[in-house]
Amino acid sequence: MRTALSISLVLGVIYVLWMAAVPVMNIKWEVAQAQRAGVAAVIPETGIRTAGNWELLVANPGVIPGTYAQEKPRLPAPAQVFSELWDTTANKKITSKRSLIYHAQVTLSATLLGFGMGTLLGIVLAVGIVHMKVLDASVMPWAIASQTIPILAIAPMIIVVMNSVGITGLVPKAIISAYLSFFPVVVGMVKGLRSPDAMQLDLLRTYSAGPGQVFWKLRLPAALPFLFPSLKIGIAAALVGAIIAELPTGAQGGLGARLLAGSYYGQTIQIWSALFGAAIVAAMLVGAIGLLQSLLLRGMGMVR
Amino acid sequence: MTGASGPIPTAIGAIVLSVLALLLVYAGVERFSAFGVALLAAMALTATTWHWTNMGRAGVLPPLALGAVILLLWEVGTRAYAVPGIILPSVSAIAVRFVSSGDILWQDFLQTFVKGALSGYFIGCGVGFLVAVASDRLPFLQRGLLPVGNFLAAMPIIGTAPILVMWFGFDWQSKAAVVALMCFFPMLVNTVQGLRATEAMQRDLMRTYAASYTQALVKLRLPAAAPFVFNGLKICTTLALIGAIVAEFFGSPIVGMGFRISTEVGRLALDMVWAEIVVAALAGSAFYGVVTLLERAVTFWHPSQRRV
Repeated sequence: MRTALSISLVLGVIYVLWMAAVPVMNIKWEVAQAQRAGVAAVIPETGIRTAGNWELLVANPGVIPGTYAQEKPRLPAPAQVFSELWDTTANKKITSKRSLIYHAQVTLSATLLGFGMGTLLGIVLAVGIVHMKVLDASVMPWAIASQTIPILAIAPMIIVVMNSVGITGLVPKAIISAYLSFFPVVVGMVKGLRSPDAMQLDLLRTYSAGPGQVFWKLRLPAALPFLFPSLKIGIAAALVGAIIAELPTGAQGGLGARLLAGSYYGQTIQIWSALFGAAIVAAMLVGAIGLLQSLLLRGMGMVR
Repeated sequence: MTGASGPIPTAIGAIVLSVLALLLVYAGVERFSAFGVALLAAMALTATTWHWTNMGRAGVLPPLALGAVILLLWEVGTRAYAVPGIILPSVSAIAVRFVSSGDILWQDFLQTFVKGALSGYFIGCGVGFLVAVASDRLPFLQRGLLPVGNFLAAMPIIGTAPILVMWFGFDWQSKAAVVALMCFFPMLVNTVQGLRATEAMQRDLMRTYAASYTQALVKLRLPAAAPFVFNGLKICTTLALIGAIVAEFFGSPIVGMGFRISTEVGRLALDMVWAEIVVAALAGSAFYGVVTLLERAVTFWHPSQRRV
């Protein structure tokens, strides 16, 4: 109850700030329109391009209502974004190309496949790094270097190369997702697998535990609290990867395609609604991982 | 590969084989033999690294050896099979381009990394850390702001980038805004997690000392959170560079790494693209390295920092 109250209060503050920002961001275009329509608009002598937003706002209070209903605003009003969001989810058939749910499902399938691949790769790499000196010494710097390569630059190359081997569709997008999501998993998992301290390791040695037993009974359980925050970051990164992968491929479906189309045609309301759609998908994914985390850690008696 | 041979002979073997592979491919001999020799050289290098790390002399050698293996196979592979430059340019072509365009690369580096990524990194990580500490102090913020913050921060930046570029202009300020937005979320999540990392026994000890909230925060909970905080800082180093570069795809002045990559891709000058990727990889790795050194100095007590 108190949580709901706190959340709604924070949301209320954000709503008020957003509503207050709309006229400031959109006033210039509105005043220019009024001037073109011959309506009296107060414009500084230096011209409208160099005029400050506040200056115009104070001088032309009459055009403020218009700033909430522009077709291509710099900052759409909340109501515009949410009515577009509602219109494209509830009022369209799921199979329709205009339905946001259709686009979300296209992106989601690539995200989940890529997240699975990335997590698996990340955990395997982390286990290798912790247990094999060669990997520890040689792989980590390259894993870091791999993340500094701008994915947008190599995404087209990956897709072209995969295409020439005959792999198209979901897999190239999933590979780009995996590329972004494996790194947080490696970092968190290596840290977690190394978190048991010397006393605990010594205890297992006094039990004459083999390396396998040390791994399953000590290192892996100790790593889980580190793994889950990494998984949350990883799945958000996987979604970003899937969206980025849709940009250079000229994909017909997907949230990325929707964003790009909105960006091309200056449909800012469409950009914002796709953005909120992506954030809702991401929040659901992160929430699912969080649920798994609390269930698993509680089952293991690790929640304090 | 057994202990009898030792690393020195295999190292010499690896060097000889590498030189042979390069000679073969530059002389234009049969492609299969050149690539085969390169594969043998790669195996010898791997064996050398194996010996070296097992002898306890790690250092910078193993990553360099792995890099050398990849570069050798890349160079010999692209040359031997005459891979077209618009799919994958050879290592030597990229190196030539890297040296001859040093000036441009340096300007791009300053614009994207120093101005865009670094300033955004400090703003994003700083604000994320402060909000985490504040939300820990005020239960109201933790209940109200964290779910909302999680939701907003889960927005893929690729979508906010065009909007932020529209708002903050083409220059580095919009890139810094994108980077700050990207760094905020990991930093917040990790710091909040870290501030919960103390054990009840330790908190009780602080209470028996009659420590105030601030004292407990500074002397117990922040130090205990440091490994988590550095986890976030490290993840943000790579995010910062990617964010700054990706944001430039949506509009930039005629300088910057993202600008250069997108225009040179359009001109099919992939050697220049790869030279920029090399700069990005070098800058990002150095950035990560600095944060790692800092982590080693601050959290020297943590088991994960222990030298085995």
